[in-house]
Amino acid sequence: MTFRLAIASLFARALTVGMTILAIALSVALFLGVEKVRTGAKASFADTISGTDLIVGARSGSVQLLLYSVFRIGNATNNVTWESYLDIAARPDVDWIVPISLGDSHRQFRVMGTTQAFFEHYKYRQGRSLTVADGVIMDDLFDTVIGADVASTLGYNVDDPIVVAHGLASFTEHKDQPFRVSGILEKTGTPIDRTVIVSMEAIEAIHVDWQGGAQIPGQSTPADVIRRMELTPKAVTAALVGVESPLQTFALQRAINEYPEEPLLAILPGVALQELWGIVGIAETALLAVSAMVVVTALIGMMATIFSSLNERRREMAIFRAMGARPLTILGMLVFEAMLMAAVGALLGVALLYAGLVIAQPLVDNAFGLWLPIDAPTIREFSVIVGVVCAGAIVSLVPALRAYRMSIADGMMVQT
Amino acid sequence: MLLGESGSGKSTLLSLICGTILPDQGTVNIAGTDVTALSGGARDRFRAEQIGVIFQQFNLLPFGSVMDNILLPLRFAPERRKRTGDAAAEAAHLCTELGLPSDIIQAKANALSVGQQQRVAVARALIGQPPLIIADEPTSALDAGSQAAFLDLLFAQTKAHETSLLMVSHDPRLGERFDRVIRMEGIAQIDRTAA
Repeated sequence: MTFRLAIASLFARALTVGMTILAIALSVALFLGVEKVRTGAKASFADTISGTDLIVGARSGSVQLLLYSVFRIGNATNNVTWESYLDIAARPDVDWIVPISLGDSHRQFRVMGTTQAFFEHYKYRQGRSLTVADGVIMDDLFDTVIGADVASTLGYNVDDPIVVAHGLASFTEHKDQPFRVSGILEKTGTPIDRTVIVSMEAIEAIHVDWQGGAQIPGQSTPADVIRRMELTPKAVTAALVGVESPLQTFALQRAINEYPEEPLLAILPGVALQELWGIVGIAETALLAVSAMVVVTALIGMMATIFSSLNERRREMAIFRAMGARPLTILGMLVFEAMLMAAVGALLGVALLYAGLVIAQPLVDNAFGLWLPIDAPTIREFSVIVGVVCAGAIVSLVPALRAYRMSIADGMMVQT
Repeated sequence: MLLGESGSGKSTLLSLICGTILPDQGTVNIAGTDVTALSGGARDRFRAEQIGVIFQQFNLLPFGSVMDNILLPLRFAPERRKRTGDAAAEAAHLCTELGLPSDIIQAKANALSVGQQQRVAVARALIGQPPLIIADEPTSALDAGSQAAFLDLLFAQTKAHETSLLMVSHDPRLGERFDRVIRMEGIAQIDRTAA
C-alpha cells in the first residue's frame, strides 16, 4: 500500500513529475539514438563488402585504399598497371579477381569501370549478390548499369541516355560517347546504390580522344570505329581478389606487398575497417560521452525536482511518521519514486527512439545512404534502461537522505 | 486533557510520548513500557501498534482515498492489523459509525468537506483499537457548535472502542468534559534561550 500511495503522490504532482519523466525520456532516446546511428553506421560499413579476401591498389594507406575502392570516398594517388593486374590474376592462389577503374563521374555520382565478374563476385551484407531490379547487365560497350539511388535521384529508367563527365566535379563531358542505361540495380544500402557502372573497355573507349587529361582538339572518333578498336585497359584503380583457400590469404598479401615491378598494397577489408574504426573511435566515444552526459543531466534534474518537493512534502512525511513509518520507509519511498520515474522515462525514451526510427529511417537512408535497422530492443538497450533506473536510485539517495534526516528531526510534527 | 498556552511545550510532550523525540534525561513510560529504552525501530513500531493520532488539521494524505487513509496505520502495525480482521470491512464500518456516507470510502481525501475529513481522521486513529488516542488540538479551528458535536462523536467512539484519549488544547472551557485536566504550567517549566 505504501508504494501505491507513493505512486498516487507522483500522480498528485503530475506536471513536475511529467516534465522530469519527459526530460529523462528525451535523454535516453538521444543516447540510444546515437548508439543506433553508431552501430548502424558500423554495420552499414561492414556490410558494404563481404566475401572479398583482399583489395589491391597502388601503395598508399590501407584505410585510404579501402575508402576509395569500396566507399568511393577520396581518390587514388596512383593506379595499378594492367600488366601487374594480369600478373596477380595469373597467380595460382588467386581464385578470382575483379578490376575497378574510378575517376570519372556523372552528376554527383561516381562512374566505376569493371567487368562482368564484378556482378558475380561482389557480395554485400553477409554474402548477398547484386541483383538487377530492371533491365539487364551491360550488353554493349556503351551500356551502363546504375545503382538504385542514381536512378531514383536522377529519375532514370532503362534505355535513358547518360553522358559521363571527365574526372570528378568536372564541366568537361564525354559527350561524343553517350551511354545507355541497360539496367538498374536493386537497392543494397551500400555505395553501389550511388554508382554508375560501366565496362573496363568503356572507360578506355571514352578516353580514346583524350590525352593528358584533356580532349585532343578537333578529334572525335565515331562510336562504330571505337567498337572495332583494341580497348585493353592500361591501368586499374584497384582490384578485388578472392583466394583459393583462406590459408593462402596472408601469403598472397605479402607477395603483392613485396611485388618487385611496382609498389602495390594488398589489404584485408576487415582489418582495414578495424583501422578505420580506430581512427573514428575517438569521435564516436566523444559523441557517446556527450549523450551520456545528457542522461546524467536529466537525472540530476530529477534529483533537483525531488529536492524542491521535499519542503512541500514535509506534511506527508510527518503523517507517515505519526502512523508508525520508520525514517527508512520514508527514504525507501523517495528512492522508489525516483526509480519509477527513471524507469518510466527510460521506457518512454525507448518508445520515442522507435517512433523516431520509423520516421527517420527512410529520410536518413535517402540523405546519407545509412540504413538504420528497426530491430527488437537488444540486451544493450535493456541494460541502458536498467542502468538509468539504477542511476536514478543513486542520485535520489541525496534528497532521500535529506528526507530521512528531516523525518527524524520533524518527527510527527506537521510543518506547514 | 493536556491544557496549555501556545509555546508551553504541548507538542514536544506529545512527540516524547509518541517516541519521535527522546528526552535528554529521564524516561517516558506508556502503559508500562519505557519507550526511551526502545530502539528507534521499536519505538516506531510501538507508536504504530499502541497509539492512534488525530492532528490539528486532520492531515489526511490528499492523494489517497478515504480507505487508504483509514488503513494507513495498519501498514506499519502487524498486530493491530491482525486485531482488525477484515480491514476494509472495519474501515467501512467505522465510516458508518461516524456518520459518513457509505459511498465515500473510495473518494479522494482532498474531495472531502472539513467535517468529513474530521471523521476520517477519527476513523484512522480508531482502526485496530489502539489503547491510546492522541488528539492534538483537533477542535481549534472549529466554532463552538462544531466543537461540541465533534467531541460528542470522539467520546462516543473512544468509549465504544475502549480506548483512552489524550487531547491537547489551549481552550480551558473544554476541560469540564474530560476526566482529568493537566495544565502544562503545572508539570513543565519552559526555558527558552533568546535567539
